[in-house]
Amino acid sequence: MTTTAETRTAPAAHAAKRRRPRTEALWGYAFIAPTGLGLAVFYLWPVLQTAYFSFTEWGAFGGHTWTGLDNYVRLLGDPEVGQAVLNTLLYTVLGLAGIPLAIVFAALLNRPGLGGVSVYRTAFFLPVVTMPVAVAMLWRWLYNGDYGLVNQVLAVVGIDGPNWIADPATAMYALVVVGVWSSVGYNLIIFLAGMQAIPRELYEAAAIDGAGRVRQFFRITLPMLSPTAFFISIVSVIGSLQLFDLVFVMTGSGQSARANPAYSRLQTVVQLFYERAFVTNDRGYAAAIVIALLVLIAALTIAQFRLQRKWVHYV
Amino acid sequence: MWKSVRSGAALLCAALLASACGGGEQAGTGAQPHEKVKLSYGVWDATQQAAMQELAAEFTKTHPDIAVDVQLTPWADYWTKLKAAVSGGAAPDVFWMNGPNFQLYASNGVIKPIEEQVDTSVYPKALVDLYTFEGKLYGLPKDMDTVGVWYNKTLFDAAKVEYPADDWTWTDFKQVAAKLTDAEKGVYAVGAQLTSFQEYQYNTIYQAGGYVISPDGKKSGYDDPRTIEGLRFWTDLIAAKQSPDLKTMTDTAPIQLFEAGKLAMYWGGSWDVAEFTKNDYTKDKVDVAPLPKGEKQATIIHGVANVMSAKTEHPAQAWEFVKFLGSKQAADILGKKGPIPAYNGAQNDWVAAHPELKLQTFLDAVAYAVPYPVSKNTAAWQEAELTHLTKAWTGEVPVDKAAADLAAGMNDLLAEE
Repeated sequence: MTTTAETRTAPAAHAAKRRRPRTEALWGYAFIAPTGLGLAVFYLWPVLQTAYFSFTEWGAFGGHTWTGLDNYVRLLGDPEVGQAVLNTLLYTVLGLAGIPLAIVFAALLNRPGLGGVSVYRTAFFLPVVTMPVAVAMLWRWLYNGDYGLVNQVLAVVGIDGPNWIADPATAMYALVVVGVWSSVGYNLIIFLAGMQAIPRELYEAAAIDGAGRVRQFFRITLPMLSPTAFFISIVSVIGSLQLFDLVFVMTGSGQSARANPAYSRLQTVVQLFYERAFVTNDRGYAAAIVIALLVLIAALTIAQFRLQRKWVHYV
Repeated sequence: MWKSVRSGAALLCAALLASACGGGEQAGTGAQPHEKVKLSYGVWDATQQAAMQELAAEFTKTHPDIAVDVQLTPWADYWTKLKAAVSGGAAPDVFWMNGPNFQLYASNGVIKPIEEQVDTSVYPKALVDLYTFEGKLYGLPKDMDTVGVWYNKTLFDAAKVEYPADDWTWTDFKQVAAKLTDAEKGVYAVGAQLTSFQEYQYNTIYQAGGYVISPDGKKSGYDDPRTIEGLRFWTDLIAAKQSPDLKTMTDTAPIQLFEAGKLAMYWGGSWDVAEFTKNDYTKDKVDVAPLPKGEKQATIIHGVANVMSAKTEHPAQAWEFVKFLGSKQAADILGKKGPIPAYNGAQNDWVAAHPELKLQTFLDAVAYAVPYPVSKNTAAWQEAELTHLTKAWTGEVPVDKAAADLAAGMNDLLAEE
């Protein structure tokens, strides 16, 4: 009997040990199910559908026919798409200038003994929580060539400022300034958190070895922040490539935006997508445009992950 | 992402059209002759919402079984949302239609042609033609608008220039423009606006004897030398610095410049009367004159029409409502507080509302008015107009070259229709 009891209990105990992780896993799946389902229904499925639609042509009021690669062929020969990609890439690259800026501000705010830190943090973070549409409308007014505050200030020092967002030569740079201004607060908060995670001992040891503040910044703070900087650069590149609201509001919505002489220099890929999908009702072509953007984003993100080995230091 | 935006829009429409769906359910319960029906009526102008509700209430008085729900969608979203609603089978039963969009809706069969014989002689012929597609009338004109020259009397007095006469010409206009421009004070004669062809380019094109689109809708008129003259009218004004340049007009719209006393004249539609009589600066300074005469006298006439959705659950009731909206009774209500009613003879109240302005100018213009140029896919070539003419307006490309490029692009688009 003892033997049978043993043989009975041993596998039972074994099974119980095994079963627990399995039920735990089940619970885990149950907990992520709502989110997973949401992602599948609202993100994954639409992505697949969009990919399918990119091979079709749409009528003005729905109904579509399969046209194979037509949209993609048209995409490659469309100068407007090329220009929109160039504009978007230029914005993305220039927008990266916001990262060193955020690091410098974060380092200044992180100095021990600085008074009024919370006031500064709030001031930097305020643009992040302000609605992009409100931000764009305000800047549009600031940038007005005749009545804007920017040119009024410049006039004091004798400079006759341009029509910032209506001049093809300045429009994109004016836009980047707004983009950097409105994102620097977010980046700064992340960098501050990253800086506070750097062990104090490192600075103490460096100080004992005779390193000054500047040297400490370049030899300790910067390398230790590189994983944070990597995260920020991934996020901001993706965000910049999807730029829409700022341009949409600053150039004015609808077809009349095309009367802005700088329009061709400002139009982003997502804005072009919006026009084709919702203004001219060319939905199949619009789908092809966003699929191309998806590929572009994926390629740039993979490239960034490859390059991180060269400059990101994980402790 | 695309799909989620679309389904979001569909949800929004579904929410807004909930009452229309309610009507659908009622229809499903059995088609009794005296069932209670609720029609939805889609409109875009917030300033006319009260008048539309008054019309709806007036209609229900004589048709107690039919209630009308006026649904306002702001202009900026109206067409985007309407297209989504039509695609999703949830369009309002009756809705406002405009010229540039009409043929797209009619040719796709999403609006219902009018079956009953109606007397169209009570509306301006140009508007009846605008809403006729392949011989069938689809909508009854609701209101109309023509274009005039609004002018700032204070600036005319300051420059010691006489107010425009009713029979003035392009030559008169150019002389006046030179006198009114005052670079030191930052005052320009007029703003050569590029964002409203209806008030600017189309008028001068027809005045010069040119055309925008051939009558059969197959060919662009932009390579016609007379059409180009109509465009040059404006680019010359910019070159002479009698109009602000395009960059300035992009930053500050001409209407804002006019309301700040920086433009002496503003080519504007009859609908601007609401704005200029309300604005603190313009209300006691402006008046209106006819457009100057070129080779010909011309103004663009346009107007909104009421149309029925092809998929309405209540075609008979929808038609009753459209017929009421096109009646003299409805026009009389509209004329008191809205735009110019399309119904001939009902326009006097509109003129009388502002005796200080020569509003009769807009009605007199109907005699020589030209219909708003349209085709099946008007939006496509309107985009091309802006893309190409922007370059002429900045001076980057000579106007005849830009117009030739536009004509080529527009002809390609028309061939696809």
